Amino acid sequence: MIQIKNLHKSYQMGSSSLHVLKGINFNVEEGELVAIMGSSGSGKSTLLNILGMLDTAEEGDYILDDVPIKDLNETKAAKYRNKFLGFVFQSFNLINYKTALENVSLPLYYQGIPRKERQQEALDYLEKVGLKDWATHLPSELSGGQKQRVAIARALASKPKVLLADEPTGALDTTTSYEVMDLIQKINQEGKTILVVTHELDIAQMCKRIVLLKDGVIIEDKKVEQVFASSYVQ
Amino acid sequence: MNSLKVIFDRDTWQEIFGSISKNKTRTIITVIGVLWGIFIYIALSGAAKGLDNGFERQFENIAMNSMFIWAQRTSIPFDGFKIGRSIELKLSDIDYIKQRIPEVEFIAPRNARGVFGGVSPLVVRNNKSSNYNVYGDFPEYTKIATKKIYDGGRFINEEDIRYRRKVCVIGERTQTELFEEDENPIGQYVKIDNIYFQVIGVHKFVPGGGFESDGDIFIPFETFRQLYNTGETVQWFTIAAYDDADVVAVEKDVKTALKRIHRVSPKDERAFGGFNLGEIFNKVVGFSKGMTLLSLIVGIATIIAGVIGIGNILLISVKERTKELGVRRALGATPGEVRNQIILESVFLTVIAGILGIVLGAIVLAGINSATVNMTDFPYTNPTVPIPFVLGALFIMVFLGTLIGLIPAQRAVSIKPIDALREE
Repeated sequence: MIQIKNLHKSYQMGSSSLHVLKGINFNVEEGELVAIMGSSGSGKSTLLNILGMLDTAEEGDYILDDVPIKDLNETKAAKYRNKFLGFVFQSFNLINYKTALENVSLPLYYQGIPRKERQQEALDYLEKVGLKDWATHLPSELSGGQKQRVAIARALASKPKVLLADEPTGALDTTTSYEVMDLIQKINQEGKTILVVTHELDIAQMCKRIVLLKDGVIIEDKKVEQVFASSYVQ
Repeated sequence: MNSLKVIFDRDTWQEIFGSISKNKTRTIITVIGVLWGIFIYIALSGAAKGLDNGFERQFENIAMNSMFIWAQRTSIPFDGFKIGRSIELKLSDIDYIKQRIPEVEFIAPRNARGVFGGVSPLVVRNNKSSNYNVYGDFPEYTKIATKKIYDGGRFINEEDIRYRRKVCVIGERTQTELFEEDENPIGQYVKIDNIYFQVIGVHKFVPGGGFESDGDIFIPFETFRQLYNTGETVQWFTIAAYDDADVVAVEKDVKTALKRIHRVSPKDERAFGGFNLGEIFNKVVGFSKGMTLLSLIVGIATIIAGVIGIGNILLISVKERTKELGVRRALGATPGEVRNQIILESVFLTVIAGILGIVLGAIVLAGINSATVNMTDFPYTNPTVPIPFVLGALFIMVFLGTLIGLIPAQRAVSIKPIDALREE
């Protein structure tokens, strides 16, 4: 699903240059649930941003679902993001003046799907995350866990190839975190490829594979015995 | 998505409506800025048009390029005559003027009783009587100053002049004062200075046309001449120049010609008096044109100020919404879609404000109109704004709205989604 070869990225900080990614090589197969771990500054977020086409690498190849991702202009990147990727953010990033349903149907709007169809589909995804009854509520009326579930529903709505989650549990307490991880695991079990950036080990252990980044290189890449979040959730 | 589809897409408007209704107070205040601009524009240009119409109404019953010329006393001794000689205009002057000055289209000599000093003749019918001003007129007079005659009547014609008929055209007031309410005055007789005259018409009085009134009686010039023994004397000429002629020059030429006939010094400015309606009309027209231009400039300047306000607000709004726009971009909004949305927000606000302003302006104009509709002495009639002006203003607003929307739109697009998302 994802092939990355010799990825380099550095940021220009005034006169000095900060080399963040120093040759990343890794592949993700379809249906994997990968945790990308590392301390802050290890380059995990930068990697995710490049994977999410929000940022570009200076060097290296990135192939997503057999499509080489290069020479992107903003319009093309937007189209690819819409087609291939679903994003889940630490701070949910729901649009606060739109209801849960409207938030979920937003990527479908940008796909040009007609209104009725879009709303039905969005409602289906809300049902999937267990928030059908909250469809008409604004984000401000939802709890943190509910917001993240809406965000996950939104990320799934565009039927992406890959779900990218940047610290999806970073703003949630432990119980809620496990609920969200339970949802992510269920989605993964349905076959969706998911990458989760986290610095929490317990969250990482709920994935099938852990990639450890340090100072811009992968220092460890291992399959793990998946801990099921459902065992923590009543 | 092509741009036309975007504009007619219900979802586009839902997006726009969603984002501008997010901050209602700010939206309303912004809208008021443009609304005020277009309101000022509509109210001012409507008022200017009303003034314009009002002036036109004041002049509607008389040719715009006409003048009155009368004789006075000389102020310079000339050709053996001493200073202060009284001069009288003669009927024979007409041919001379017509010959010498081709710009003159019509020239109507007039005599009157009771207008400039003197006693108005006593007019009697049965047991009713009153004093009215009496004019001796040629049919040509109606070509210079329109006389509206009520149905069934007519003005003086050539036959009346030729046969010196004793016929008269009476005023509305004369009719109400001398006749019964349900009586038709046409064909009836009235006695003017003890001579019977048959009434041939009743003229409708149009206010604002100089010294005439609703009681005036017009009789054939020749009849007047015989009745009052005026001979060749003419009290004044009413002259209309051709439409393309310079009325001021014509007045000067006429006076020069008259000076020659009556042997008056060419330098004598006082021998002949004149009242040039055309000159005054031109000044009034110039004034109202100036008013229209002023209102146009002020209105458009105010609109521009309002639209700039919208641009300003949207710029702030884009700054506030950086994160939201980043999320939209992450979800697959192309820069074009984001740009379109911001521009359409700007245009939408501008147009809504514009339409509200036009409606409000129209209401105010209607109010002014109904308040002044019966004020005949106030030069203000039917204040309207021509549709092309309104459409033009709307077009300008859409154009400016787009233009000003480009600034925040470009700002919104120039922020990279990754930076937008990172912003807290």
